[in-house]
Amino acid sequence: MTSPDNLPEVPSAEVPEVPAVAEPPVARRGMFGATDTGDTSGYGGLVVRRAPQLSTPRPYGGYFDELVDTLALDDAIERVVVDRGELTLHVKRERLVEVCQKLRDDPALRFELSLGVSGVHYPHLKGEELHAVIHLCSITHNRRVRVEASAPEEDPHIPSTVGVFPGHDWHERETWDFFGIVFDGHPGLTRIMMPDDWDGHPQRKDYPLGGIPVEYRGATIPAPDQRRSYA
Amino acid sequence: MSTGYDEATEGKVYSVTGADWDEVVSGVRDSDDERLVINMGPQHPSTHGVLRLVLTLDGETVTEARSVIGYLHTGIEKNLEYRTWTQGTTFVTRMDYLSPIFNETAYCLGVEKLLGIEDRVPDRAQAIRVMMMELNRISSHLVAMGTFGMELGATTPFLFGYRDRELIMDLFEYITGLRMNHAYVRPGGVSVDLPAGAVDKIGEFLKIMPQRIKDIRKLLDENPVYLRRTKDVGYLDLTGCMALGITGPILRSAGLPWDLRKSQPYCGYETYEFEVATERGCDVFSRYLVRMREMEESLKIVEQALDRIAGPLKGDPVMIEDKKIGWPAQLALGPDGFGNSPDHIAHIMGSSMEALIHHFKLVTEGFRVPAGQAYASIESPKGELGAHVVSDGGTRPYRVHFREPSFCNLQGFPAMAEGGQVADVIAAVASIDPVMGGVDR
Repeated sequence: MTSPDNLPEVPSAEVPEVPAVAEPPVARRGMFGATDTGDTSGYGGLVVRRAPQLSTPRPYGGYFDELVDTLALDDAIERVVVDRGELTLHVKRERLVEVCQKLRDDPALRFELSLGVSGVHYPHLKGEELHAVIHLCSITHNRRVRVEASAPEEDPHIPSTVGVFPGHDWHERETWDFFGIVFDGHPGLTRIMMPDDWDGHPQRKDYPLGGIPVEYRGATIPAPDQRRSYA
Repeated sequence: MSTGYDEATEGKVYSVTGADWDEVVSGVRDSDDERLVINMGPQHPSTHGVLRLVLTLDGETVTEARSVIGYLHTGIEKNLEYRTWTQGTTFVTRMDYLSPIFNETAYCLGVEKLLGIEDRVPDRAQAIRVMMMELNRISSHLVAMGTFGMELGATTPFLFGYRDRELIMDLFEYITGLRMNHAYVRPGGVSVDLPAGAVDKIGEFLKIMPQRIKDIRKLLDENPVYLRRTKDVGYLDLTGCMALGITGPILRSAGLPWDLRKSQPYCGYETYEFEVATERGCDVFSRYLVRMREMEESLKIVEQALDRIAGPLKGDPVMIEDKKIGWPAQLALGPDGFGNSPDHIAHIMGSSMEALIHHFKLVTEGFRVPAGQAYASIESPKGELGAHVVSDGGTRPYRVHFREPSFCNLQGFPAMAEGGQVADVIAAVASIDPVMGGVDR
């Protein structure tokens, strides 16, 4: 037992204010997926955080600077990310059509070939869970760019770009089908892969896989998303 | 073999499941409504799998054409998210089942881009990939041309196409162990080196094949019936192709020499000599000619790749040296018929505990891929095949989306078919060469 008397005196000064840095969300804890049982690996306390969402500082390198300068719609672009030799423009959803139109029509840009719309669901990104990703290719200048727009889950609306790239018709239907992103202005936004009366949007991260419970000598094998994972 | 009709709000609905058309014909003749809506598929031999076409006809003319897809959706993209990065190749190979090597390569290039190891993939692996892809391009085009002939009423091209494709299937079986669904290309290289004798077998194939292509050309190039069925049919010009995002032989048949192997090379295509086939007809016949020329060019590339594999690159590794990514062992067919490497088994079971742990971890858990997204695209027989690969830093893909050329090109079908004759619909669909496994994924 120690009494307060024999402890060294603690200075009572207040802890200086540290500028608050918002910590990015946790990507995973521990290792080997052993969270419920005794983890003897010594890695149990490991916390890996997701990479913060930052804009790439200039210069971007290659033709990327020239492309962003020519586009000249800085107020429509939330972030510019250059990663692995690819340029990604994160665009405000309400300006998506305008950006696509300019990317297609400006003689110095000429992204005339669209490779479609893909969706990604990031449930951990609050307020921008659903992403629509458009890959564009310029045959004139032999360049590529990725345009990304996001919408929150509560308001999953992104304007349709079918007017700019007619080939987006099926792509947007597919993204609606799998992710539930409503493309406003699409001429006929119906399901394309799943049956018309299907419930839910299967590519969302929270959509259960179901699976068939296979029983072998009393033990059942759960669906893949219910199994122990290493990640 | 049954016909019958129901009264519906849209009018009379006939169901025809056999060859008895009399009732339909008489029913239509008596009707004062000129407009006829025909449902074709999803089970129909000439729709390349489970494709459903809804055609509105005015007499013999198609006034409206719509395609309905999704009958072969198997959730490959979703399933990938619950397997390791390496296991992903076994899924993607099943998408467009006529060009499995391309699916695997596009996916692996995407994963390699995320890992940042593009420059460290051995040259021999790249040369083998190129050779396998070009062989696969020939086999895919052979099916396209063979079925194409059959759908227009010529059975010999079909037999020729499948006979010659069998040569390539045998090569694939000899090299990868499987005729289809190989999972041969892996992140970091290819799963196994060419077996002994493979170079000779491919050399023999290269001697036979040019004559076989000529045989098909002899049947179709100047066949008057074939020309009448394909010339100026299924017209889609460059403007239409660009607007609809159509790539591949259809785009090149409209005169644009856009081929990713030339314009944005991957796997070392810039070091091979070949030409991009183009035509100016924008019609079904031009697409046929483009595919035939592409097969001839592919043979040239296979020859060059084979020279490198048998020559300067002989004995080089086919998997990345990085032990944290490359598969721990090369398979070898043992005397017991099992594909294990006896040396590797002796090593991990007899001499090194660490090697055993490493093997176990890499095979069951897989490797981690740094967070981010990448897009890798290659020129598949049908057009630009792109893989949009997203990682969250884990051992499994976070999201993989494939830009499937069949999916995109099939959107161009109404533009090709509307305004034409109903018989030309078949030719138009066949010239797109859609594979429903790829369209629906």
